Amino acid sequence: MADGIKDKVAILGMGCTRFGERWESYAEDLAAEALVECLEDAGIEKKEIQAAYVGTHIDEINVGKAAVPLGVALKLPYIPVTRTENYCATATEAFRAACYAVAAGAYDIVLALGVEKLKDTGYGGLPAATGMSVQSFMMGANMSAPGMFAQLATAYSAKWGVSMEQIKDAMAHISAKSHANGALNPRAHLRRAVTEDQIKAAPMIAYPLGLFDCCGVSDGSACAIVTTPEIAQSLKKNQELVKVKALSVSVSSGEESIGNSWDGSHFVTTRIAATNAYKEAGIEDPREEISMCEAHDCFSITEMVTMEDLHISPKGGVYEDIMNGFYDLDGGTPCQVDGGLKCFGHPIGASGLRMIYAMYEQLLERVPEERQVKNARLGLTHNLGGMPHSNVAAISILGLD
Amino acid sequence: MSGICSYGGYVPRYRLNRMLVYQAMGWMNPANIANAKGEKAVANFDEDSITMAVAAGLKALNGMDPARVNGAFMASTTMPYKERLNAGIVATALGLGDDIRAADFSGGLKAGTSALLSAMDAVEAGRMDNVVVTVAESRLGKPASPQELIFGDAAAAFMIGNDNVIAEFKGSYSLSYDFADHYRGKNATYDRQWEDRWIRDVGFGQFVPQAIKGLLKKLDLKIEDFAKVIYDCHYNAARKKLNKVLGIAPEADQSNFQVEIGQSGTAQSMVMLTSALETAKPGDKLLVVSFGSGCEALCFEATDKISAYQNSGTVSASLANKAELDNYTKYLVWRDILPGDVGLRSEEDVWTRWSAMWRSRKMVLGLWGSKCKKCGTLQLPPQAVCVNAECGAVGEMEDHRFAEKIGHVASFTGDMLAASINPPAVYGQVEFEDGGKMMFDFTDCNLDEMETGMAVSLSFRRKYYDAKRGISGYFWKAVPVKEVN
Repeated sequence: MADGIKDKVAILGMGCTRFGERWESYAEDLAAEALVECLEDAGIEKKEIQAAYVGTHIDEINVGKAAVPLGVALKLPYIPVTRTENYCATATEAFRAACYAVAAGAYDIVLALGVEKLKDTGYGGLPAATGMSVQSFMMGANMSAPGMFAQLATAYSAKWGVSMEQIKDAMAHISAKSHANGALNPRAHLRRAVTEDQIKAAPMIAYPLGLFDCCGVSDGSACAIVTTPEIAQSLKKNQELVKVKALSVSVSSGEESIGNSWDGSHFVTTRIAATNAYKEAGIEDPREEISMCEAHDCFSITEMVTMEDLHISPKGGVYEDIMNGFYDLDGGTPCQVDGGLKCFGHPIGASGLRMIYAMYEQLLERVPEERQVKNARLGLTHNLGGMPHSNVAAISILGLD
Repeated sequence: MSGICSYGGYVPRYRLNRMLVYQAMGWMNPANIANAKGEKAVANFDEDSITMAVAAGLKALNGMDPARVNGAFMASTTMPYKERLNAGIVATALGLGDDIRAADFSGGLKAGTSALLSAMDAVEAGRMDNVVVTVAESRLGKPASPQELIFGDAAAAFMIGNDNVIAEFKGSYSLSYDFADHYRGKNATYDRQWEDRWIRDVGFGQFVPQAIKGLLKKLDLKIEDFAKVIYDCHYNAARKKLNKVLGIAPEADQSNFQVEIGQSGTAQSMVMLTSALETAKPGDKLLVVSFGSGCEALCFEATDKISAYQNSGTVSASLANKAELDNYTKYLVWRDILPGDVGLRSEEDVWTRWSAMWRSRKMVLGLWGSKCKKCGTLQLPPQAVCVNAECGAVGEMEDHRFAEKIGHVASFTGDMLAASINPPAVYGQVEFEDGGKMMFDFTDCNLDEMETGMAVSLSFRRKYYDAKRGISGYFWKAVPVKEVN
């Protein structure tokens, strides 16, 4: 009987590039940059890596298909290298595969790396059309990511009777908080603090999402080397270990997009993935037990409804938590402590590992005092890949013993 | 008895005040002030002759079982496809079966009546039972030209058959001349015409009387026998003169909608006919004359069945459902006369995969989803595996059409990032009352009128225009159901 991943894998080292408009770098350069930091942190040499899982999302302006281009770029020495791809959960999937490979006893030391180069399209936002299926070309709405997520707001307003003005206020608070956090982080893409009034006055991208409700479209890479707790402890004798407490994924069944039970105001997958993750980690009261989190804040409205779906805010009651500062850096459960997708940036295939990096550096108290979350013991990361009506939710919970 | 069993009229929602055009372009042709009265109906950015033909055709079907229709004719001189049967697209969108005769009628502006007469011949001869005839037009005049002001976009459709005839076909008289008053060569975008005085005096002035007299003689009727005389002539003075010469009483002169719609080419006399049918009483005779490369005159007589006939898809309903297009340059961008910058995002090339289109033709063109034979769940697009988690049956689906359903908006947005010549792109999820849900583009609406829960109907529209290959792709969009007074 399977008993889950809890405490079977530890993080030996991590790396994360500065995110942003890295006009000087290819994806291959970014991956190498993250790997160098990661190896140094892990205190091992590249040849000690026994297997690698690499994640990228968009083929066309990135490294192309398969794992081969990154294996070649990083000069990984004839080890098994496998590409993972699952929309915005791509890097978390690489991490999950690496953890499972270790937990299975197949390998001792495994690399998980995510990278994305988005800034070679010539325009803002994610690349249009490139990943579109033949059927969505023929029948899909003329949509963009902001427009698909924006609909959460109109549906949430209809479901809970929260006015669009209140939603706009909450979204502005969310983005202001992430900008404040990002401003403290030298590796973040967007580092300017902005006021809620500035946020609300920004040009509309997709009603009701304005420019500041949308996350940064960035280049970047992040990676982790995982191993068994025993090996980690032998290599890091004087350091607390960051262990994997839970890894949980849920993928849409078609019910949201085709069936009639979903009201469009929340993420069915996130609710299921969160419930399963808490069970795996042995968490009974996430609002009290989770010290901090990196939720998938591709858009401010996504973060808003996600905080309910993670079972931290009561259903229909997130507005009060947000406005009361519960998710601010000094709040009850600080959220997007490194700036989040919103300001640290969102290179699709790297984001999951960047989030894990944010939890890792906090748990090991490696960040400056000004952005240190006090007494952090458990951190949660959450990715939402795809669209609200058809997606993958991926959650990891990391912690100290 | 053969004749018209049902009809539909369609005028696109957007109307462009002709003075707006004149204010922008009158400097180039000041005499155009004479044509600057009233409004012209303009197809929305996602409409063309095919989509308007479908809109009118759905109204003409008027609830009839599509299996009873064995012909679909489309007439237009602005067919979106030169090669690929336009009527075939229309027929699939209308949900008709495959064992039908579909044909395009084009060339001259009398192609509308030619299609109607061909349908009439077929049902009278007993070769076909019911033929749906759609006629749609969206001609372009060059900026500053008289045609730009005079032309308007519209469509009409008729069900021609032998059962439940509301207007019996009594006969026709045809004239065909190679009279090139207006013409377009094989690569022409804009209409060209010869001198108005020649068109007026030799064209309308001679052919219309010739056709009407020919028909009256053939059927042994007098002009006074007709409750309505429906003829195409947009020259006001010439029209007055013709009414006088032919003895057409003011109450018998059917409006040509020049001030409300504009000259709609092949659809012109056909739209006028649908309007006359709205008010026709049993026994009323209607004389219809088309014009263009000759004339065709047709005689109909309203039957007793017209009293009980009801159809909400009329030209007057369509005319009442209007929105001002208060921006001339928007019209120019919609028609690709002014190449507005839609951004690099629009230039990513994705082309039509015709084998996939063939596979999905019922879904894409006809909006057929599926219904699970095991549990009855409706689903859109068609699924192989039933979405009902309690069921999950595989390969147990039957086709189920969604095109005529009313849905409700579950969520929506107005998107400025998505590439569109009509931003913001408004779209959202639509749920159907008896089951099924899909993300649709919304059209014929503004973002500020959208609300969750509002009712929407479905409309066949141009989904994309592939400029590289010069072709349009089609799908269905959701249109808020409007209260029209």
